[in-house]
Amino acid sequence: MSAATIVSLPDQSTARIPKMNFLTKENGLLSWLLTGDHKRIATLYLISITFFFFIGGALAGLIRLELLTPQTSLMAADTYNKVFTMHGVIMVFLFLVPSVPATIGNFVIPLMVGARDLALPKINLLSWYLYIIAGFMVIYTMAAGGVDTGWTFTSPLSTHYLNTHVISTGLAIFVAGFSSIFTGLNFIVTIHKMRAPGMTWFRLPLFVWSNYAASILMVLGTPVLAITLVLVVLERTVHIGVFDPAYGGDPILFQHLFWFYSHPAVYIMILPGMGVISEVVSTFSRKRVFGYTAVAFSSVAIAVFGFFVWAHHMFIMGISNYAALVFSLLTMLVAVPSAIKIFNWAFTLYKGSITFETPMLYAFGFMGLFTIGGMTGVFLGTTGTDIHLTETYFIVAHFHFVMVGGMLMAFLSGIHFWWPKWTGRMYPEKISQFAAVVTFIGFNFTFFPQFILGTLGMPRRYAAYPPEFQALNVFSTAGATILGVGYLLPILYLTWSLKYGAVAGNNPWQATGLEWQTQSPPLTENFPVIPIMDHEAYDYEWLEKQNLARLRQEEVV
Amino acid sequence: MSKSTATANGAAAEVHHEHPPYQRHHFESVEQQADTTNFAMWLFLLTEIMFFGGLFTAYLIMRNWYYPAFVEASHQLNIGWGTANTGVLIVSSFTMAMGVWSAEMRKKGMLVLFLSLTWILGMAFLGIKSIEYHEKWEKHHVPGLHWSDASFLNPASDPEVYKEYHDKPLAPDMAEKAGMYFFLYFAMTGMHALHMIIGISLLTFMIFRARAGAYTTGHVTYVENFGLYWHFVDIIWIFLFPLLYLISRH
Repeated sequence: MSAATIVSLPDQSTARIPKMNFLTKENGLLSWLLTGDHKRIATLYLISITFFFFIGGALAGLIRLELLTPQTSLMAADTYNKVFTMHGVIMVFLFLVPSVPATIGNFVIPLMVGARDLALPKINLLSWYLYIIAGFMVIYTMAAGGVDTGWTFTSPLSTHYLNTHVISTGLAIFVAGFSSIFTGLNFIVTIHKMRAPGMTWFRLPLFVWSNYAASILMVLGTPVLAITLVLVVLERTVHIGVFDPAYGGDPILFQHLFWFYSHPAVYIMILPGMGVISEVVSTFSRKRVFGYTAVAFSSVAIAVFGFFVWAHHMFIMGISNYAALVFSLLTMLVAVPSAIKIFNWAFTLYKGSITFETPMLYAFGFMGLFTIGGMTGVFLGTTGTDIHLTETYFIVAHFHFVMVGGMLMAFLSGIHFWWPKWTGRMYPEKISQFAAVVTFIGFNFTFFPQFILGTLGMPRRYAAYPPEFQALNVFSTAGATILGVGYLLPILYLTWSLKYGAVAGNNPWQATGLEWQTQSPPLTENFPVIPIMDHEAYDYEWLEKQNLARLRQEEVV
Repeated sequence: MSKSTATANGAAAEVHHEHPPYQRHHFESVEQQADTTNFAMWLFLLTEIMFFGGLFTAYLIMRNWYYPAFVEASHQLNIGWGTANTGVLIVSSFTMAMGVWSAEMRKKGMLVLFLSLTWILGMAFLGIKSIEYHEKWEKHHVPGLHWSDASFLNPASDPEVYKEYHDKPLAPDMAEKAGMYFFLYFAMTGMHALHMIIGISLLTFMIFRARAGAYTTGHVTYVENFGLYWHFVDIIWIFLFPLLYLISRH
């Protein structure tokens, strides 16, 4: 084979699924439920979060259907409140927070750093069980009649006025919080202590860096949410507490404690996604990520700045003008590391050998939509415009651009990217490219009109609206239908590919990460021998040399 | 190609290095395992600091808002029992530290002895705490369940406390806020007691394991990490005690 081609692709037709791998090691339900293998736990997580994603998605569908007409036609206003609350709770705590870290991160981080497992396998399994308990508690809440506080549990609404199931939801999120803490803790410990020989900090793939940054936020932020929810639950139980003004409490204190977690939480949700994009962009433009160090540190910078911007959720809630000024300024600062990432990905593409496989299409979607989401965040971080735009559909559109357009795109990108490693089989390329395009179109149809609705003044969280907003809402609902198709397609063809997909071989993308240098699906202990890292991350020349050496060896044999 | 790698992988996967039974399969060495779990415990304690931090923040803000109520309410605490409990916990930290030392020195009898002493002292702490809780119940100082403002509206009605502090009667709306103090008192000491209960449960398990000789063959990380947790719970109390009992003494 000539060395002139940049990539020497392996002959996939001869590849076979290795008989011994983590999926075939043991059989039976118990071997899954009691497993310590990070890849199996990641699989359990993948199944469970997909389940909750579709419940949350169905609720979103109901919201959009209700908003098709200006009157409350499909459901009563208080049912609508419950539906959007459950949508928010499920999507934030049961999907977005664990999405990339607990599934993809769980699967690939030990492989990427060259370890046999996460540092604490039992804690990892415990984290999944806590997640499942939290999930059941949320389902119980829905079955028992739901909760209508909004996912933010704003006091005194949550502590005083409402008679719905705040307690069970609060406890569910408390439990889910500990699941997230344990995942984050496990990642930090693994990245610090389990790296293979030669795997220095600056040889780590950027996916590891961004998950490390997200883990810091999980470990430091989530406990504060946990204790806040405990106080809300206690306050509802004994009718005295620190948040409800009727008992002498301070509702602003609730806001401070809640957003001290929940603002960093949006970085917990987006940072791992950014890590996926770094991997995918590098692999499919066949270039080292431009400004590796800057991208690595920008993740950490986002984590650090992320802790000092929470009060921008509270500009209209009675914090002092000076506090608002400082928090507004700090909010602008977060835009800097985010922009560093976007620019560096753009420069990675520059003069790269770009190919448009599905993960790359999703990654392009991410870059465009996240940029719009991020820029509109700057509008909202500016105190003056925030007072006009907050609590309108503008803010709904903003965070859906970041969370759905950003994180969900990144999640799907990552799932497609690592699917061959995970299952040993390729997903069908054409239909998945189609799904990626459908998702992108559907997404823009759904959420772009909401920016316009917001600037026109349509408030969020109402089941009815003035008739002049109907045209744009119809647009949005129609878009949501397309988006729904975009999300259903992957579940169908990915399931199909489990049996009928082409066999992937070890390294179908010719990517450089250590996870691609082992068999697919990997062995339970990941590597037969712990690898020694002797090159930088994203070193495609090293990979080329490896491939040549292997070819020569085979010719000799 | 893939066939050859697969067999090579399969063959190599069978090879297992000799290592002590307590070394988990995914660690390269015992040192790495000790180092890793130790680091994990420190990180966990960091999350615990943030967890209690929320409560401390709420306490400090409410104390600033309702200072007179918080001062008078704290006068109702029993300093004698509080001090005794502080002493009990500090001594238990000492016995725990000795426990870690005996595990390192591979002295099984001493380890069991010190762990048992720590267990007894932990139970003593909870016992004293429950005496204090009972006292609050009798005085109607349990907000939401068993509450009356009487001792703050009319401090002289509680001669024992009045003799010492000569508290002035509080206005009814401020007297009500004493309930806030006791809400936080129960939330904070309750959360602390919950950590003690978790600690004692783990300790029970460890005493049995120690008797079987699990920690005296060179595998001390479990005892060491539990020690860290125990000291941490102790330190939380070291902050709770002055904040709740002492800073409003005069």
